[in-house]
Amino acid sequence: MNLDSKIPSGPVQDAWDKHKFDMKLVNPANKRKFKVLMVGTGLAGGSAAASLAELGYEVDAFCFQDSPRRAHSIAAQGGINAAKNYQNDGDSVWRLFYDTVKGGDFRSREANVYRLAQVSANIIDQCVAQGVPFAREYGGQLANRSFGGAQVSRTFYARGQTGQQLLLGCYAGLARQIDAGNVTMHTRKEMLDVVVVDGLARGILTRDLVTGKIERWAGDAVVLATGGYANVFHLSTNAIGCNVTAAFRAYKRGAGFANPCYTQIHPTCIPVHGEQQSKLTLMSESLRNDGRVWVPKATDETRPPGDIPEHERDYYLERKYPSFGNLSPRDIASRSAKEACDEGRGVGPGKRGVYLDFRDAIARVGEDTIRERYGNLFDMYERITDESPYKVPMRIYPAPHYTMGGLWVDYNLQSTIPGLHVIGEANFSDHGANRLGASALMQGLADGYFVLPATIGHYFATHGPDKQPVDTDHPDFARVEDDVRGRIKKLMGVNGTRSPASFHRELGRLMWDKCGMARNARGLTEALQRIPELREEFWHDVRVLGSGESLNMMLEEAGRVADFMEFAEIMCRDALTREESCGGHFREEHQTEDGEALRNDADFTHVAVWEHTGEDSTPNRHTEALDFPNVHLATRSYK
Amino acid sequence: MNITVRVWRQEGPAATGHLETIEATDVSADSSFLEMLDLVNERLISAGREPIAFDHDCREGICGMCSLVIDGVPHGPRRATTTCQLHMRSFTDGATITIEPFRAKAFGVLRDLVVDRSGFDRIIQAGGYASVNTGGAPDANAIPIGKGEADLAMDAAACIGCGACVAACPNASAMLFTAAKVAHYGHLPQGEPERDRRVTRMVETMDAEGFGNCRNYYECEAACPKEIPVDFIAELNRDFRRATVQGGSR
Repeated sequence: MNLDSKIPSGPVQDAWDKHKFDMKLVNPANKRKFKVLMVGTGLAGGSAAASLAELGYEVDAFCFQDSPRRAHSIAAQGGINAAKNYQNDGDSVWRLFYDTVKGGDFRSREANVYRLAQVSANIIDQCVAQGVPFAREYGGQLANRSFGGAQVSRTFYARGQTGQQLLLGCYAGLARQIDAGNVTMHTRKEMLDVVVVDGLARGILTRDLVTGKIERWAGDAVVLATGGYANVFHLSTNAIGCNVTAAFRAYKRGAGFANPCYTQIHPTCIPVHGEQQSKLTLMSESLRNDGRVWVPKATDETRPPGDIPEHERDYYLERKYPSFGNLSPRDIASRSAKEACDEGRGVGPGKRGVYLDFRDAIARVGEDTIRERYGNLFDMYERITDESPYKVPMRIYPAPHYTMGGLWVDYNLQSTIPGLHVIGEANFSDHGANRLGASALMQGLADGYFVLPATIGHYFATHGPDKQPVDTDHPDFARVEDDVRGRIKKLMGVNGTRSPASFHRELGRLMWDKCGMARNARGLTEALQRIPELREEFWHDVRVLGSGESLNMMLEEAGRVADFMEFAEIMCRDALTREESCGGHFREEHQTEDGEALRNDADFTHVAVWEHTGEDSTPNRHTEALDFPNVHLATRSYK
Repeated sequence: MNITVRVWRQEGPAATGHLETIEATDVSADSSFLEMLDLVNERLISAGREPIAFDHDCREGICGMCSLVIDGVPHGPRRATTTCQLHMRSFTDGATITIEPFRAKAFGVLRDLVVDRSGFDRIIQAGGYASVNTGGAPDANAIPIGKGEADLAMDAAACIGCGACVAACPNASAMLFTAAKVAHYGHLPQGEPERDRRVTRMVETMDAEGFGNCRNYYECEAACPKEIPVDFIAELNRDFRRATVQGGSR
């Protein structure tokens, strides 16, 4: 497997500018000869589709929702980082770069992260020009707030709906290109496979979710912007439809999958309420600007929170990490919550929860100010739990939220299959082992607005896919279509007794127990034994009713669960092989005396990339070494 | 709790639909409305019957994918709440709940409770944007926008495009949806250059898609899960009049 990262030589500050100059260009008149198949139209895919169409490329975009405006980017609440230094608090591109590399626990690529920090400022300019209604000060200037893992205020926001407003911004740009005839939008179509012809990605297969029709699409490049795989845990903050299918199908066609074990467990989510639960709801990290996290000091505490006196409370984040306090990075805040609950000091039903308390903030700035800052989040919390955070502290617990792992890409965002590009959460490149808050929106838009539009032209100019035209009658399309139809037929034909959802729940519980917030060799080995058994049960006992030729949500779900069942195994394998703790990957065998993550830089300063080697065959593990010439490897400290 | 649901079943766009009565026992009061439907579906599947199709995705009230008319009200009885954020504790034990799709000429039923809302996308494509290409934008702080105007733009932009306004309107008008987008740009300097063209084209498209006319029933505002006020409709009318009658040039 060729893992040439194509990182430009020379100082990291000049890398992107130099690379942009070194890349070959496609002249404006020739751009319309190239067709891009964009799969997924969230922040990354939507912004890329619009930007590529503006440049003159022909774009066909696909999403499984009924409109591109529904993508799960929309649910991001808190904000988007940018090194604007509008607050004059010492921010700079270099500091955002440094914070992100450190926040990722030294497992990301320096050059990629630097580029991300560099274009962050352009993203804000771009979004404002489009009319994204960011929060403003009375003087008309943009407002900022702070987020975890940083000591400057560099986060831009639109109330608690930042993701929504950014997505609507790029959806508007996309709508403009659809109107202009430059993008053909295909909604309610799910990608089920990638077609590789003579080693180049040349097309995809989709299923129309309304009619069930299987369709072939040919193009000169395929871009996956299909999000993350946190739904492997079943209960997560992701939308119900989020899935790994597109990425996993690409993996099976030869794209390397990088660091699948890097998953982010977000510290502030509403705790699980019961068996019938279908998803977990995030409460924005921005709440930690004003909320204080605590648990009772005593394990046998039964009083309501308001009756517990100050000296019997343990504000454990402030105690353990005085300089970052409640704004410690997500992995650290999550593990600390788990630790407190493991000690028996948790609160609420089942004692799996901690308090996020606004009492002091309300006393300091008043209820009106708090309502203005977080009103919609407080309302959402009250609708779900029937408790008012203005009166009693929120109860929160960590939940799967984001996945840093993804398809391996080089500096040009191209996977190990030439012509197959991967952007946004679906790739692996910028966050290392832990993503800082307000960085996902930044990365999705950086990839879509600024990076891919620059690099994809280089691919067209150097590989010349237009010189070897391929259409959907090519035999490789027929072969892939046979595979797709075969899988659907197999799913429909099992005719067992259990619903796809019941298998998803069982897989999710297993993954959360064995490959969740804390992992160990024994648990992972058990999971690796159990997953194939569960898969076997699935293929013998799953029940999919109805027909493949109509709207059939059960069939959609079954296909996604089937892929999660296989993918879960690679995730556990990756977690088992990575004999260290870093960021979101915490191996209990590798921790310091006071329970902090213990990295093993000598053996694991690399990206682990998994290569598919055939059905029922163990995948190969390859590595890409990581260098840190600028941000020197150090133990991450937020104390 | 134990409840009875009367739910709309329709095999496809051309099929005749009907209300089916299903008993739902042992539903947790802490479940969301859609989790109740998940449970009903699990049991239908066990009994070898096809589950009820309904649209949903984020289940946190922001994507706008969920719909449903619950006991005659789009998104159900709780104000400012999407169906996915509605919880069973809002209903009484033993209740009979009627569940229907969003109904409008412009929203055809695809199956059961799933409807086609692509008309909304086409309204946005007719001008719900500011025409700026990627790259070359001036510094974000170069365009100062007062907090009051920025807040109004945000109030309008909060629309999730779910279609409850259309389902609630006796005329199935998409006026609140369209007005929210027009007002979002109307309160920002970025929207100014295309102000007249935007409102004209969006209103024309709304009519062409088969949405009805606004008669100021204000049912849309009452049903809107994001509480978009009808004031924006007045703003749209003002803009539309200026653009068409007075012959706007922007």
